[in-house]
Amino acid sequence: MTYLAKPRLHHPELPKNKLGFTHRDYEGTVSTLCAGCGHDSISGAIIQAFFDLDIPPHRVAKLSGIGCSSKTPTYFLGNSHGFNSVHGRMPSVLTGANLANRDLIYLGVSGDGDSASIGLGQFAHAMRRGVNMVYIVENNGVYGLTKGQFSATADKGSKAKRGAVNNEEAIDLGMLALHLGASFVARSFSGDKEQLVPLIRAAVAHRGAAFIDVVSPCVAFNNHAGSTKSYDFVREHNDAVNRLDFMPTRAEITTEYAPGSVREVVQHDGSVLRLRKLHADYDPGAKLVAMNYLQQRQAAGEIVTGLLYLRPDADDLHGLLNTVDVPLNQLGEKELVPGAATLEKVNASLR
Amino acid sequence: MKHTVTPIQRVNDFVVKFANVNGSGSASANLLFAKSILRMGVPVAPRNIFPSNIQGLPTWFEVRVNEAGWRGRRGGVDLMVAMNPQTWDQDIKEIEPGGYLFYDSSKALPPSKFRDDIVVIGMPLTEICNREYSDPRQRQLFKNIIYVGALSALLEIEPEAIAELIGELYKGKEALLKPNVQAMNMGRTYATNELDWPLGIRVQRANAVGEKIFIEGNSAAALGCVYGGATVAAWYPITPSSSLAEAFAKHCKRFRTDPATGKARYAIVQAEDELASIGIVIGAGWNGSRAFTCTSGPGISLMQEFIGLAYFAEIPTVLFDIQRGSPSTGMPTRTQQADLVSCAYASHGDTKHVLIFPEDPKEAFEFAALSFDLAERLQTPIFVMMDLDIGMQDWLCEPLAWDESRRFDRGKVMGYADLEAGKDFGRYLDVDGDGIPYRTYPGTHPNRGAFFTRGTTKDRYARYSEDGATYVDNMERLLRKFETAKKYVPMPVRKSAAQPTRVGAIYFGSTGAAMEEALATLAGQGIHLDTLRIRAFPFHDEIADFIADHDQVFVIEQNRDAQMRMLLVNEMPVDPAKLLSVLHYDGTPITARFILGEIAEKLAMFNVTPLRKVAP
Repeated sequence: MTYLAKPRLHHPELPKNKLGFTHRDYEGTVSTLCAGCGHDSISGAIIQAFFDLDIPPHRVAKLSGIGCSSKTPTYFLGNSHGFNSVHGRMPSVLTGANLANRDLIYLGVSGDGDSASIGLGQFAHAMRRGVNMVYIVENNGVYGLTKGQFSATADKGSKAKRGAVNNEEAIDLGMLALHLGASFVARSFSGDKEQLVPLIRAAVAHRGAAFIDVVSPCVAFNNHAGSTKSYDFVREHNDAVNRLDFMPTRAEITTEYAPGSVREVVQHDGSVLRLRKLHADYDPGAKLVAMNYLQQRQAAGEIVTGLLYLRPDADDLHGLLNTVDVPLNQLGEKELVPGAATLEKVNASLR
Repeated sequence: MKHTVTPIQRVNDFVVKFANVNGSGSASANLLFAKSILRMGVPVAPRNIFPSNIQGLPTWFEVRVNEAGWRGRRGGVDLMVAMNPQTWDQDIKEIEPGGYLFYDSSKALPPSKFRDDIVVIGMPLTEICNREYSDPRQRQLFKNIIYVGALSALLEIEPEAIAELIGELYKGKEALLKPNVQAMNMGRTYATNELDWPLGIRVQRANAVGEKIFIEGNSAAALGCVYGGATVAAWYPITPSSSLAEAFAKHCKRFRTDPATGKARYAIVQAEDELASIGIVIGAGWNGSRAFTCTSGPGISLMQEFIGLAYFAEIPTVLFDIQRGSPSTGMPTRTQQADLVSCAYASHGDTKHVLIFPEDPKEAFEFAALSFDLAERLQTPIFVMMDLDIGMQDWLCEPLAWDESRRFDRGKVMGYADLEAGKDFGRYLDVDGDGIPYRTYPGTHPNRGAFFTRGTTKDRYARYSEDGATYVDNMERLLRKFETAKKYVPMPVRKSAAQPTRVGAIYFGSTGAAMEEALATLAGQGIHLDTLRIRAFPFHDEIADFIADHDQVFVIEQNRDAQMRMLLVNEMPVDPAKLLSVLHYDGTPITARFILGEIAEKLAMFNVTPLRKVAP
């Protein structure tokens, strides 16, 4: 079906957001991924999140690397500029784009091969640099486009479709992001939109490097018994530490949760994250506790999901570089060229 | 010491070479020496010849004093200031017969360590310093200033010129100013009282400097980036390009800080590697900022994949390649012009890139500013091909100039109004027939003008395609665009000899300095050559015409494989047999003497008259 163009017509009574856009305005072309691919669910969650946030689609720049996951930006936000860059190098291209225009929203989409293998270096440095972005890794533990080789996030001992066993240690990108200074770290599951959509909304509102590791089963090469990234395995081993509700700045704050189980966090832009705690002892503001907990659960074979860490008052790369408020790509000769008289002074100092 | 040769006698035309140990503070003292001669109105051409090391290895500083204003290295040394026992033997050997040796005579050396055809001047520098200073660091630093003082007496450099420079150097730092002036005077006094002066070589006040400025190419290029409107720079430290990024930071801090808020009108990222550097530049270029990276050969190698993306996805990108000794790590602190082919055809598949070749810091400034116009006009990577000799040496140049009426050429960009008016937007659509399509910046219009940038094949409307005809259509347009580039890049500079000749010479970049001097000398000997200085790739048709107009054309370059010649033969209908290579690639800057020798020898082979054998 993927060769068919999407019909332009849509139901006249589709719900609209505050800007008057429908879901369709946040969609892209028809996906060319396999039916049932976890990545398509993530695209759906991205569409939902941006619709909910009332963000004009063209104010988003979506960037990716190479691989199945990196193909997905064509399938959402069709009115946004997209950039399918080179393998493992999305973070640097996104960093440059962000420096040029701080006013757009930057969404980086990558995969486990793209970010944990070839692009591990760029992933790491974008996190520690605090680039203001949402960085989503669609993590299925395999190279899909090249037909099922293990990636660096495949768990040690997990089995490939044809029976080969992975002998190498897995890289936990969430753990790395925590270690490297990302100020928003979450993990979710492509099959759990209720958890994922609010996480994406909160990540968009966050200023700084927001990382979401989304376990996303590969129906073609990694959804069999023996895989630790299959739908069945993740459903059975998902340890959700919290559930998130996200309220934009202007939303009315209601109290529908029992006190004690809810924690409210105000982000830079005034938006409120309301965390429903599922584990009483899990505090997403305490990095060391979070890292410790993640390792404990991992040792027990569990996948911790939810908002793992948040530093709500984080600064971003523009803050650290102290750049002007106007986007750099809007500055002209007047602001940028020191002029002939100044050059004369420079000449005089060089004699 | 008996003199078997008459000591060299020359005013305002000699070479002084300082042999030092790096990390000893000699570089600033030696630069002080060079500048003091400039202040007397006599041009100098200094070359810092340094190791890939921070402390303890040999380093040299060569100052060519030359009233005629030749800026290349001459070759040979008239006065050796030998301060490094490690390199003594090699340094002594380099002195021209009848030349001079100035050394630290605190410790006696056997006569076998000297030559009998040079003038030897010993001064007990260490002894003086040990007597005058108790702090070991002061002993070392002031030793340098003391020898500068002594040399000023021996060469008749005006002490006022040095004192003036020290005053400027330590302005507001009285604690440093006074002892430096004292040390300088100490050296002068000793030389005046104890040594024979002046030497046969000496400086005489002249009026040959005028308004010229003294600047390093990297600093000038960085200034060109400021004037060219660069707002994003990403780089990874690599000799000899690091000082370009550092100079850009310095210039930006001075000229690009918003006076009201103190905020920066620029963003500089020292990236984790060259891959990230070029990625950041491509991202910024895609999003409408003028952006650049600076690197050297190894960095260009690392950037190959991204360069192909920028070519194929058509993203304005500026790269400065400060070339150094190659291949591999090569000679990191030596100069070459050896990245021509790797830049011209960088990346896998069929690619061709625009290269521009400045000849000195002044052109580095101009071409740097121009490169951003070219990148946005042509929507492609632009390589500014410098080298260590231009980048890291101080050159005496014409003052930098800026035309106030000049505006950025932002190229073909569709804005909100164009899109709103319903103009047909195809990202890779050749509307004007010049191969250059229109682009849009992200975030311009709510529902028009968005497109997907990709390294895969696409049609004229940026839609993914694996269709062969669509692919060929796009590749052919890229060729048309490369043809269009010829209209925008700097034209070659053609100069006719004083007399009609069938012999020509082609050169480019830093070779210009030595070339001009070689040509003047050849002309003095009755050998006339028309010349063409190439300033850009793709090659303008005039280059093919020049080759056609001559029977033999020398191509002078600083690499082993005659890379410019390769490009000429590859890109134009020229007869390869006509192109005679003159190649210099030992890592030192090419000299006029070398060019003279090579050309004379080759002309003799071809039996071209008139010809007299030129001194080697």
